[in-house]
Amino acid sequence: MKLLRRLFPAIGSRLVIAVPYLWLLCLFLIPFVIVFKISLSQVTIAMPPYMPVFGLEDGVSGFLEKLRGLSLENYVWLFGDPLYINAYLSSLYIAAVSTLLTLLVGYPLAYGMARAPANLRPLLLMMVILPFWTSFLIRVYAWIGILKPEGLLNQFLFFLGVIDEPLIILNTTRAVYIGIVYSYLPFMVLPLYATLEKMDYSLIEAAEDLGCTRLSAFWKITFPLSLPGIVAGCMLVFIPAVGEFVIPDLLGGPRTLMIGKTLWSEFFSNRDWPVASAVAIVLLMILVLPIVYFQRTQARAREQA
Amino acid sequence: MKSLGSTRRTFAPWADPDAKPFIRFENVSKRFGDFAAVDNLSLDIYEREFFALLGASGCGKTTLLRMLGGFERPTSGRILLDGQNMLGIPPHRRPVNMMFQSYALFPHMTVEGNIAFGLKQEGMPKAEIAERVQRMLKLVKLESFAKRKPHQLSGGQRQRVALARSLAKRPKVLLLDEPLGALDKKLREETQFELVDLQYELGLTFMVVTHDQEEAMTMADRIAVMDKGQVEQVAPPQEIYEAPASRFVADFVGSINMFEGTLIREAGGPQLKDRSGLAFDIADSGDASPGETAWLAVRPEKVRISRERPEVQNAIDGEVWDIAYFGDMTVYNVRLDDGRVVKASTINSLRRLEDALTWHDRAWISFSADAGVVLTR
Ligand SMILES: Nc1ncnc2c1ncn2[C@@H]1O[C@H](COP(=O)(O)OP(=O)(O)OP(=O)(O)O)[C@@H](O)[C@H]1O
Ligand SMILES: [Mg+2]
Repeated sequence: MKLLRRLFPAIGSRLVIAVPYLWLLCLFLIPFVIVFKISLSQVTIAMPPYMPVFGLEDGVSGFLEKLRGLSLENYVWLFGDPLYINAYLSSLYIAAVSTLLTLLVGYPLAYGMARAPANLRPLLLMMVILPFWTSFLIRVYAWIGILKPEGLLNQFLFFLGVIDEPLIILNTTRAVYIGIVYSYLPFMVLPLYATLEKMDYSLIEAAEDLGCTRLSAFWKITFPLSLPGIVAGCMLVFIPAVGEFVIPDLLGGPRTLMIGKTLWSEFFSNRDWPVASAVAIVLLMILVLPIVYFQRTQARAREQA
Repeated sequence: MKSLGSTRRTFAPWADPDAKPFIRFENVSKRFGDFAAVDNLSLDIYEREFFALLGASGCGKTTLLRMLGGFERPTSGRILLDGQNMLGIPPHRRPVNMMFQSYALFPHMTVEGNIAFGLKQEGMPKAEIAERVQRMLKLVKLESFAKRKPHQLSGGQRQRVALARSLAKRPKVLLLDEPLGALDKKLREETQFELVDLQYELGLTFMVVTHDQEEAMTMADRIAVMDKGQVEQVAPPQEIYEAPASRFVADFVGSINMFEGTLIREAGGPQLKDRSGLAFDIADSGDASPGETAWLAVRPEKVRISRERPEVQNAIDGEVWDIAYFGDMTVYNVRLDDGRVVKASTINSLRRLEDALTWHDRAWISFSADAGVVLTR
């Protein structure tokens, strides 16, 4: 036992370090390799609907033979078709706009929560998290009832006499924005709240003392100091919003172009798994950049604290 | 106590009935819930004065400064600055700058950026800002730290940045909340000198909170001793020390021997008769009237200690109980036969003393009739 410990002095701590890597291996790397392999395959009418399929019985020569069957053809196809490129661009655009909108709604909310009396804050926090207790799908469905021409919103506005004919919101991108802002708001509010809450209020006082008005103290002190929270919140909204499928499908109608929907129809309508996989891999590549950026700012923020 | 050199002037506007106070607290109270942090306090401070606030932790010093700075609204009373009522005027429109006790440095700005912040806010030209920042950095000896962020500085360095930042704008009134508390003795003394010089040179009014009595004594024109949200005494340092107005002040500033007793009037003059029957001659009975309970307060350095009974009325004998050696002086604690302990300090003017008093020696302590102050509260 003693010898063992001398030979592997840090075996225990190494095991601990290994846990996250194991996690990443099982839940990220292996699925990624599988999807990537499918994206290099060709579509076929079979089960599974692509070839080649590797098996243990292939042997080395069979393996090499099948390896030659893989190609980048699907990617070439993807970039040759403006449908996909447009879907990517439109997804990025919609995600960016909705992230901005979420920030605009979320910041005042988080700010108000952070400035609320300390005994009220847990309650406010609870109210932000509470919607998670019902199914995401049901909540998005509920928006159909609110936004449709004869829905609650229009009825209410009629009742107030603000409009004479119903607003057409459902099945437009506006409905997608609303849906994304609503669904992802907690992901924006929570990191913002976390940074704003730990901010020292005497900094604002010092800024005011040195000649700032409340507003300029906000822009010069509070805002820059909450940047890590802003970046975290925006990433947490933007990244899943780019690949969002449920919201554009339910609220956006047929004309809203988003890559999540394209992906879905490749998989389920066209049963073209290789192309669908290629779409997914490209999407991942697009998102890796902001994810890496996010990780780095997080690390830097931790270093500073 | 040392004095701060020849730049000091005879300056006593508080003694001049025609002088108008620059800052005026009029019956100011600040309550947090039921608790009165500042309790019906009135105080006048004059232009160009170096005013120090002294008091125990939690007595309301910071709260008082914060009200003048505009961060706390008085529950009642008025604060006037240059004759103008400050009620409702936001901090950024008051000609007052504050150095916060917690420093409140902006973590996302460099040392330079912090110091320049207020000047930029004012719209000062760039070249002038740079020059002013340099001067401030030099003052607080942080020239080589200009590009660092606050989290890369030590506690004392941060404190100096905070000081420089509040000084940079040269406001008419500067409120300093324990400006030098985190500095070592040498740096603190140097900075004290420079602060006083700067204040004099620029004609500013300083209101400084400090826990360090010596610092208050050295720097201030007047000192206010606060207790429980109220001002106990406002006076120049010497008066605070030599003529404290109450037992609290006498006890808080420096160390003191206190004898409780009843004032009696004898043929030879007033005396204080204490409960063990000792009678002390006193030169001046102050506000106390005969028959009243009063306290005789005598500073240790005014108490002599000797082996033989001296030729004065006020002498008691006891046993040397404890000796504290400070280098320049020695403090003897002498235990009287009734158990009370009296402190006597002597200057060590000789390197070696033959026949020095030592533990458990019998000794006499004595003081002259005018050595003590008679206090009635
Ligand atoms: N915002 C507040 N709410 C409730 N009580 C407060 C508040 N601010 C200060 N107090 C109380 O008022 C009293 C005076 O506080 P203050 O900060 O003025 O003390 P201080 O004299 O500056 O003490 P120190 O020397 O320790 O800095 C303290 O008892 C404190 O607990
Ligand atoms: Mg304080």
